[in-house]
Amino acid sequence: MTVFYFVAFLSLFFAIMTIISKNPVHSVLYLVVTFFTFSIHYILLNAQFLAVVNFIVYMGAIMVLFLFVLMLLNMNKDSEPLKSVFVKVMGVIAGMCLVVTLAASFKFLKTSAPLEVIDPEIGLVKNLGRVLFKEFLLPFELSSLLLLTAMVGAVLLGKKDKKKI
Amino acid sequence: MFESIQSVPLNHYILFCSLIFSIGVIGVLIRRNVIVIMMSIELMLNSVNLLLVAFSVFHGDSSGQVFVFFVMALAAAEVAVGLAIIMMVYRNTRSIDIDILNKLRW
Repeated sequence: MTVFYFVAFLSLFFAIMTIISKNPVHSVLYLVVTFFTFSIHYILLNAQFLAVVNFIVYMGAIMVLFLFVLMLLNMNKDSEPLKSVFVKVMGVIAGMCLVVTLAASFKFLKTSAPLEVIDPEIGLVKNLGRVLFKEFLLPFELSSLLLLTAMVGAVLLGKKDKKKI
Repeated sequence: MFESIQSVPLNHYILFCSLIFSIGVIGVLIRRNVIVIMMSIELMLNSVNLLLVAFSVFHGDSSGQVFVFFVMALAAAEVAVGLAIIMMVYRNTRSIDIDILNKLRW
């Protein structure tokens, strides 16, 4: 139980550091730590397959992509555009309003029973693979099409056009 | 390992995930750097993923975890295309400030 609250505190801390740190590279590194804490949450919920996928996809692929783009754009602290203080304060107030609204609406829910792992097998590769390839076969194939489309689109957008229109 | 999670109520998961989601929203609102905005969007997607997994474990139904798998595939595609668009914008405007992109503003 205390493990959950400790990891949740770490997630919140690093998520806040992600959005307030001035240097984009530091932001990316804090985001990596945030995703790592999310992986710990998945392991605590016994969703082992998703923990590994989160580790590989988010901390591996997506973070490398972010760092690579930051390197290509050659960004540092000096190139960081800043919003005015007024806009920042209003943004924080708007976000806090969202938090208050959500928390107040959750107060009307009944206090749920403590979370128990009903079926420990549920997050394992064996069970998830069976569900994925039986019930969700068509969405699975469509997602491969989506990834192909995204790849072609990214290459097409990133290509340098020889002749300017 | 299982005993460690037994006494956490589901409400605390909902509250924690909505806090992370709101941090993502605040990040989108207060930053002008496009890359940091995309990171905030990733944060929001991740909070929803965690909540889906928590509910899937709570109800003993594995469909939620499969759904998280699809969300992750979608996020990967979104980041690839988004970063390509950012590269394109940077090449044309020499800046990644989103307030420059106001041609379509009414």
